[in-house]
Amino acid sequence: MAEQVWRTRGGARRSTRTLRVRACAAVMAVVVLAVLVVPPLAQLDQQAVDLAAKLQPPSWAHPFGTDDVGRDLLLRCVHGLRVSLLVGLVAALVATVIGTAVGAAAGALGGWADRIAMRVVDTLSAIPHLLLGIFVVAVFRPGLWPVVASVAVTHWLSTARIVRAEVLSLRGRPYVDAAVSGGASRWRVAVRHLVPGILPQAGLAAVLMIPHAMWHESALSFLGLGLPAHQASLGNLVQGARGSLLAGHWWPTLFPGLLLIVPTLAIAGLAGAWRDRLNPRRRSELTL
Amino acid sequence: MLELKDITAGYDRRTPAVRGAHLSLRPGESLGLLGPSGCGKSTLARVAALLHRPDRGTVTLDGHAVTGFSHRAPRSLRTAVGVVFQQPRLAADPRLRLRDLVAEPLRATGRRSEAAARVAELAQRVGLGADLLARRPHEVSDGQLQRACLARALVLCPRWLVCDEMTAMLDASTTAALVAVVEDYRAETGAGLLAVGHDPVLLERWCGRTAHWNEIVKDRPPVTDRQHPYGGHVLRP
Repeated sequence: MAEQVWRTRGGARRSTRTLRVRACAAVMAVVVLAVLVVPPLAQLDQQAVDLAAKLQPPSWAHPFGTDDVGRDLLLRCVHGLRVSLLVGLVAALVATVIGTAVGAAAGALGGWADRIAMRVVDTLSAIPHLLLGIFVVAVFRPGLWPVVASVAVTHWLSTARIVRAEVLSLRGRPYVDAAVSGGASRWRVAVRHLVPGILPQAGLAAVLMIPHAMWHESALSFLGLGLPAHQASLGNLVQGARGSLLAGHWWPTLFPGLLLIVPTLAIAGLAGAWRDRLNPRRRSELTL
Repeated sequence: MLELKDITAGYDRRTPAVRGAHLSLRPGESLGLLGPSGCGKSTLARVAALLHRPDRGTVTLDGHAVTGFSHRAPRSLRTAVGVVFQQPRLAADPRLRLRDLVAEPLRATGRRSEAAARVAELAQRVGLGADLLARRPHEVSDGQLQRACLARALVLCPRWLVCDEMTAMLDASTTAALVAVVEDYRAETGAGLLAVGHDPVLLERWCGRTAHWNEIVKDRPPVTDRQHPYGGHVLRP
């Protein structure tokens, strides 16, 4: 009897979880498909100005409405999301590679190398990373790659810390001793035992960093420091629509904002499910 | 000869785990080292296996002074000593199949081509079924995993063997089987054995010579049952 109760409860909880994971996966599938397929296939000009149709609320012709010069917002949102996702992906990847390399080297080498690397990480962490990011962007001409670089060089710090801690914990395990005793060189221990051990953590850190990097790009664009104003990105869209919000036009800010929040939640949900699989005991909330 | 002289070693210089331990082992000899838990046996075993650099004292292996290396002993000396640890779960990389676990030392020393044949031979020697070789550590029992760990320790044909509480986690029949494997190997190759443990009955039957911790740590107050709640069980009358 008791077992049966437990079963139904466990089953219910499990099905809610799978449902959530499936919903997240579906949202991401739609987003990725839209971003990959719509801009190249639909030969529509996202810059097409139609002043006669400016600031129209959502309708069948323009599902997300139009902006203050009559550009179709759905089309611009898809283009913006494409840019934001690209920046997020590439920046997260670069940041993870830098962070993993620094963290693994610090953890595996130990001693002075570790101390110096970690003090550099501490020092950089002490500078607000938006400020550091603005500095990096300011050095280059405005464009996509300076934004990627700015996000990447400011976001590898937490990954470096996570990876270093993981390496330190793995390095002390008896199986590393056994490998050393079996004649393994430092390099072999690192490649065969340490790196495979940290990859799941580093991968998870990378996935969680994608939404973070998207927000960062949007923040830079919103401040007018990211992409040029004519190029659609979620940050630019929100920035451009600020003025019309006060006039009661809610749609030019709502839809880009939603497109920033929904994929973020979906990616976080998927990453959370992955983390649950990696470590079933740590089913806590996600921190972005 | 495997000789440890006046070894002081630990993980923190102020409170060393081992202070002033002496130990020597001739080829073909087997020495059982008894001691209460926490006395420093495992640290000394790590020093003897050239895995831990002592803070003070000298380690001599087959005439080579091993101490004085900066980070690790040279590979040729490390591989001359095979080690089996107490907990097979921790001593096996969770990602490697048992086949790769046993073959890993051969691959690490560039003898990849021999791997398949040697793994099959050792699996038979330690009594590990061929079907188990494709499994990963979490899919086998402690006893089966310890068999694999022993096979890994023997795969490079070491001249010395250090067994740090090899049988502490095992049932009686697996213990007997693994001890028999070690003894067969010693009879064949004339390897020296240092077996560390806290079971006097087992070690006295297994090893030609047994020493209590107090006998190898000279000039130090002995570890007694008064100082250590567990000591009374292992101190011989």
